[in-house]
Amino acid sequence: MSEQKIIEIEVLRYNPETDQEPHLELFKVPFTDDMSVLQGAQYIKDNFDGSLTFRWSCRMAICGSCGMMINGIPKLSCETFLRDYYPNRIRIEAMSNFPIEKDLVVDLSGFIEKLESIKPYIIPREPRTLEQGEYIQSPEEFNKYIQFTSCINCTLCYAACPQVGLNPDFIGPGAMALLHRYNMDSRDGGAAQRMELVASEEGVYNCSAVAYCSEVCPKHVDPASAVNINKANAAKDYFLRFLSPKGGSK
Amino acid sequence: MTKILKRSNAPIFWGLFGAGGMLSALFVPMMVFITGIAIPLGFLLPAGTMSYPKMLAFAQNFIGKGFIFAIISLSLWFAAHRVYHSLHEFGIHAGTGAKLLCYGIALAGTVVSASVLLRIGF
Repeated sequence: MSEQKIIEIEVLRYNPETDQEPHLELFKVPFTDDMSVLQGAQYIKDNFDGSLTFRWSCRMAICGSCGMMINGIPKLSCETFLRDYYPNRIRIEAMSNFPIEKDLVVDLSGFIEKLESIKPYIIPREPRTLEQGEYIQSPEEFNKYIQFTSCINCTLCYAACPQVGLNPDFIGPGAMALLHRYNMDSRDGGAAQRMELVASEEGVYNCSAVAYCSEVCPKHVDPASAVNINKANAAKDYFLRFLSPKGGSK
Repeated sequence: MTKILKRSNAPIFWGLFGAGGMLSALFVPMMVFITGIAIPLGFLLPAGTMSYPKMLAFAQNFIGKGFIFAIISLSLWFAAHRVYHSLHEFGIHAGTGAKLLCYGIALAGTVVSASVLLRIGF
C-alpha cells in the first residue's frame, strides 16, 4: 500500500443551540483512493468530532440521503471521491436553498409538502375491479414515463435551482418531474387535477430554463424537460380552457 | 397542503416570449446582417435592394407588413420578458414597477409599429 495521504476537508458547521450562524471548520483527514466524500465525513465523525451531523444510508447512490454541496456543487457524497480533489482542499456544506437543521442536515419538510401536493400516485383513468384484471400497458406507453420514475428524492436539483433559491414556494424541479411521471402514465387520469398546481403562481412559470437541475441529477431524470413540457401544457390549458366543456382547471 | 392556488397569468407573457424568441433566433441575425452590414457596406446584395420605393412597397404589401410587425413587436416582447426575468435572477426584485416598465416598452413598441404600419396604407 502506498503511503498515507492527507486531504483537508472544510466542513460547514452549524449548531442551532449555540451558533448564531454557520461557520467552516477544517479537518485533516487521512484517506485512501477508494474513499468517498461521505467516508471522509464518517472519518471525521468517528475520529475527530462525534457531533458532526449528516444524513446517509445506502452508500451506493440509490437512497438519496447524502446530498451536499461539494466545492459549491450539489452532489451525492457517496459517489464523489476524495481522490478527485486531492491535493486541493475540499469544502462540504449543507445543500443550498434549504434551511439548515444542524451541520450538513437540512430541513426537507418544505420539499415533502411539495411532493405531497403533486398527488404522486396513480389516479386511475378508469377504475377496474379485481375481476377485470390488471391494467395493460405497452412498452411504448411505458417508455413515455419510465425516465421520470428514476428520481430518488435527493433534492440536489433543488439545491441547484436558482429559482427555488429566489422563491421557496416554487414547486421545483424534482416534484415537477414526478408530477410529469404520473401525468404521462397511460393508467393515470389525474393530469387535470394536477394542472391547478402546474398553472399556479407556484407552478412551472417560476422556471427560467437554467436546466442546472438536470445537470446535477445523479439519476439522469431531466427535471428541466419535465418542467418545460408542462409550461406548454399549462399555456394550452390557459388559452383553451374556455373551449373545454369542463372549463379546464380552476 | 390546503393552500389556495392562484392561476398564474404567465402564459400570456411566456407565449409572446416564446414566439419572439423563435422569430429572433430565426430572423434577427439575418436582419442584422442585411440591414446593418450588407446594405450599408454594399456587398453581396445589389445596390438599391432596400431603396425607399422598394421598402415602401414591401411595407404596403399585406405579408410584408405582417412580417415587419411580427419582427418588431415579438422581438420586443421577447426582450422585455428576458430583461424582467434577468433582473429577478440578479437579485433585483423590482416588482410591479419593473414589470410595467419592461412589458410597457414592449406594448408601446407594438402599438407604435402597428399604427405606423397601418398609416403607410395598403
